[in-house]
Amino acid sequence: MNGAVLAFALRRAAATLALLLALSLLVFALLYLAPGDVARNLLGTRNVTPEALARIRELHHLDEPFLAQYWWWLSHAVTGDFGTSIRTGGQVGPLLLDRTGVTAATAGLAFLLSVLAGVPAGIATAVRRGRPLDRVIVAASVVGVSAPGFAVGLILLYVFALGLGWFPVYGTGEGFLDALWHLVLPAVALAFGLGAFVVKLTRAAVIRELDQDYVTFARGRGLSERRVLRLVLRNAAIPIVTSLGLMVAYLFGGTVLIEVTFALPGLGSLMEESVLFKDIPVVQALTLVVALVVSVTALAVDLSYLAIDPRVRARAVRR
Amino acid sequence: MKPVKRRMKRRPPVVAILSAVVLAAVAVCAAGRELLAPHALDQDVYLGVVGAGVEGHLLGTDQLGRDILQLSLAGARSALAGPIVVAVGSMVIGVLLGTFAGYRGGIVDMLAGRYADLLLALPSVLLAIVVAGLVGRGYWVTVAVLIVLFSPSDVRLVRGAVMEQTPRPYIESARILGIRPTRIMFRHIAPNIVPIVVANLLLNVAFALVALSSLSYLGLGVPPGAPDWGRQLADGRALLGDNPLAAVVPGVLIILTATAVNLLGDWLSELLDRRVVAR
Repeated sequence: MNGAVLAFALRRAAATLALLLALSLLVFALLYLAPGDVARNLLGTRNVTPEALARIRELHHLDEPFLAQYWWWLSHAVTGDFGTSIRTGGQVGPLLLDRTGVTAATAGLAFLLSVLAGVPAGIATAVRRGRPLDRVIVAASVVGVSAPGFAVGLILLYVFALGLGWFPVYGTGEGFLDALWHLVLPAVALAFGLGAFVVKLTRAAVIRELDQDYVTFARGRGLSERRVLRLVLRNAAIPIVTSLGLMVAYLFGGTVLIEVTFALPGLGSLMEESVLFKDIPVVQALTLVVALVVSVTALAVDLSYLAIDPRVRARAVRR
Repeated sequence: MKPVKRRMKRRPPVVAILSAVVLAAVAVCAAGRELLAPHALDQDVYLGVVGAGVEGHLLGTDQLGRDILQLSLAGARSALAGPIVVAVGSMVIGVLLGTFAGYRGGIVDMLAGRYADLLLALPSVLLAIVVAGLVGRGYWVTVAVLIVLFSPSDVRLVRGAVMEQTPRPYIESARILGIRPTRIMFRHIAPNIVPIVVANLLLNVAFALVALSSLSYLGLGVPPGAPDWGRQLADGRALLGDNPLAAVVPGVLIILTATAVNLLGDWLSELLDRRVVAR
């Protein structure tokens, strides 16, 4: 049994690796899609002689066939060497590390806020299906899902930073508490859409379980509502956890817009700057890192079921 | 003890009607842009940015002296046209590919599945930013990029719906009658998946509106100077002190329009769902 579970886990991990490999090829192909000569971009505005161009091409392996170049790039990328940024001239790896902190803090705070607010709200609405509280929260969650983070962010800035003066307008602040204070509005703006999503899926998952026969049976046996709810929540946890894993992908999309809005020096604003500047090495590295984080999260979520749910374990073995 | 199953009360049609009214208003602005907002692009650099109510500008102006009210009315066109094209385009791909994948299975199914896996592994907004930024800017390029990025989830949706129909007796009997597979797919199965397709189409419009305005906000959608809510927000970011309405008005308009489309989509899918169950 244990061997079969392990084999399943290994198969899933191999599939993730294959997906990442395909994605890296796609990401590398971006270089070819982008108009313009990379060698010229690397040289910048300096005087360009044919010798210098040839030298640069040789140095960056640009004169080799596509697959050879891809291999050269990938073999360096796995060691953390993503090449040189065209815009800053510095190494891409340290540049990414430098920007990771702000993004991780903002996204983490937003994730925490949306789960802490969204899951209880979703459960509360599911249990009170059709009643006024349910209606109000469901309507609010539709607004949340529809509202782009940057629009919410600007409105928050206007009301709470400029109007009421409770929060700083831009920047990251100094020291831990001040930094946290600077991240509150960006995190709330990011959590607004995310939380609405959590409410929707929690509500749907709990309602689906409440409609099951075992709930009727448990109530028929005279179990208290509290204990019934506990059974329901345990079963509803699986789809909720899956979607929380998927939300990591959503967070990365949203963080670009939020960081631009609040002028935060994170990975998202780095992506915006690099795309606008056509700083391809940075864009490639960022895209690959995001793909890595997203697919590893998906893998971790899948594997965590093996630990949580004996039914999933049994199914995995049978396959 | 509480009743076990409480019947879901019907959503008051008031919400659906209100959403339809909002959308109709946006559609009128989009269609009659030249008539309703003839001065949307008139600049007045000497006037510059002024607050609400100054010199006949009800909502004030932006840094180029453009009237916020007119600009916002004119922005309705790019807020509606692009998202509709994205939703319809990706759904056409979804129906064609999803039907073949779901009905035929085999290599088409495998390839469609891998294609979806690949694109769904990355956040679509992020991918759109990268591709639109590197390949080319401009409104319709961005729309095309979004069609490609939105299609995988439509392929999955249609594939699932088709696979649910395939084992049913009416398909089996159609097969035994010797009806051609393409005819079975598009004359027999297709009508049964219409409810799912239609409801999802509206939800896609809302999602595309948010995505397109996000890209415009980053400067990757409409060209500079064109009337667009996302771009207005980007321009208005610096004006929060002088004329906050320059950012707040388009922001509220995006949220309002997307919410209206989503509410209408939810209502429609509930309605169609009930009809399918009742049959």
